[in-house]
Amino acid sequence: MDAIQVENLTKKFDGFTAVDDLTFSVPSGELFGLLGPNGAGKTTTINMLATLLKPTSGRARVAGYDLAKDRDNVRKSIGIVFQDPALDVKLTGRENLDFHAMMYNIDRETRRRRIAEVLELVELTDKAKILVEKYSGGMKRRLEIARGLIHRPTVMFLDEPTLGLDAQTRRHIWDYIRKLNKDTGVSIILTTHYMEEADYLCSRIAIMDAGKFAALDKPARLKDVLGGDVVSLELDAPSEPLMAQVQKLPWVKRVKQHGLILSLTMEKGERRIPELITLAQKNKVTVVCVNLHKPSLEDVFLHFTGKTIREQDQDQNERHRPARGPHGGRR
Amino acid sequence: MIINTTAVYVLWLREMKRFIRAKSRIIGALAMPLFFLAFLGLGFNRMGVPGIGRDLKYIHFLVPGIIGMSLLFTSTFAGLSVLWDREFGFLKEIMVTPVSRVSIVIGRIAGGTTTALIQGLMLLLIALIAGFKIPSLASFLLALLFMLLITTTFIGLGLIFASVMKDMQGFGLIMNFVMFPMFFLSGAMYPLQNLPGVIRALSYIDPLTFGIDGLRGALIGVSAFSLPVDILVMAAFSVVMVVLGAWFFERSESL
Repeated sequence: MDAIQVENLTKKFDGFTAVDDLTFSVPSGELFGLLGPNGAGKTTTINMLATLLKPTSGRARVAGYDLAKDRDNVRKSIGIVFQDPALDVKLTGRENLDFHAMMYNIDRETRRRRIAEVLELVELTDKAKILVEKYSGGMKRRLEIARGLIHRPTVMFLDEPTLGLDAQTRRHIWDYIRKLNKDTGVSIILTTHYMEEADYLCSRIAIMDAGKFAALDKPARLKDVLGGDVVSLELDAPSEPLMAQVQKLPWVKRVKQHGLILSLTMEKGERRIPELITLAQKNKVTVVCVNLHKPSLEDVFLHFTGKTIREQDQDQNERHRPARGPHGGRR
Repeated sequence: MIINTTAVYVLWLREMKRFIRAKSRIIGALAMPLFFLAFLGLGFNRMGVPGIGRDLKYIHFLVPGIIGMSLLFTSTFAGLSVLWDREFGFLKEIMVTPVSRVSIVIGRIAGGTTTALIQGLMLLLIALIAGFKIPSLASFLLALLFMLLITTTFIGLGLIFASVMKDMQGFGLIMNFVMFPMFFLSGAMYPLQNLPGVIRALSYIDPLTFGIDGLRGALIGVSAFSLPVDILVMAAFSVVMVVLGAWFFERSESL
């Protein structure tokens, strides 16, 4: 059974199309990523699949239940971690979890057991009695992930789960997400605008832009399209023999020369730099400066949409974004 | 329409926990009515206000009015608190749970009613300590009924505003153009006979007029309308407001 089946899903806000005729499916147990800039329609897609927004047109099945006809069963089957924190900060961590579990009609004994379980999983057991307003951003995120798991959903939505967190906490949460997917077999749909996040976590990624999928594939295949890292070598003098030798190297996919700068496309550029420098020395050329450029979301995005994410974000800001209040979306 | 009692209980319990923890909020919410009572009461007590009857002290006339005012503000805010939940994202968390919207509305009304009633009763208690007298247990219970009806009416109104407004921008407008006029038109501070006819007509469409009149009838035995009329009008207002509030809330998108 597919965790998600989407057919021609569309959402329009006052003439502005946020999600434009999406069709895709996510097999059960997959960790699926929606990658794109702000305003690409990722959150709108998630909100529709989580029954919070009514689609303008199109159909979807979530955990096998029809989104339009069987909302309650969809709601019972999903867990969601929203982009913006959705905790009651005047309650303690445990109360937030307990209240959530009660909303799903879970009996007291099961509640006690599962809360202990999820608190353990996100390492918040000793912080459970503290008011959430005293939590750090990372702790809040972890608590929300724990909350999303209490009622044992079969499909989990994570909307920008690491937005605004420091690098260490981000790593931590990535590991939880992976572990979760592996241990419980829950299908996870994750949105992000961090390339490395999608890359590290997802088995498949959809690149989303202006409400549509620009590409959908495994992360490695998406990056393959770009051909890999670009290593730029600045030389002290032009060297024809070096150029010729470099072109013959089997792992170099593309060579470009721009004045004294040699740009080479390859996989795992950082491991090839020493070899390249040695090769230059053999040809009596000194490398003055080395620059390694890893393919980023920027590049992949540029490749598929013909625009950089920055340009895209500017466009989105000029456009009317009705789903957000005047106070801005993110806190 | 399925009412999920656990969900109602959870939402009620949440309000209780938040209420108990927000001590400064309780003090703040009590301070304004107490200041009104103290300064207006003391200021006008000597000179007397025409139309309230010779035997009645103005401060005693004022007590039910100020309790009504406190209920008006705390209840409307309780209904409007949906806006805060929307602002802080918690509303989404409630809306994705498999619980009927009706249960969510009832839970919120139950929580708001309890906190508003507690504050109203605290005011009454302070008034009793200061020398206000309630004739009998029956009149106390009757007053409690009116307090309940006022509360549900204005939570319903708050829910309507919260569902229509979407964010807190219009909050000041509602304070100045809805809540304060309702308070002044209700006869909380002076008998309605003192108002010119046109304005008096306006106060007859203000639910709080009947609520405070009923409270006055119950607590000090003075009222402009008969108590059954007050009860009927308030019951009608509260049913209409709660149903409208639930209807608007149900229809509003949760984001």
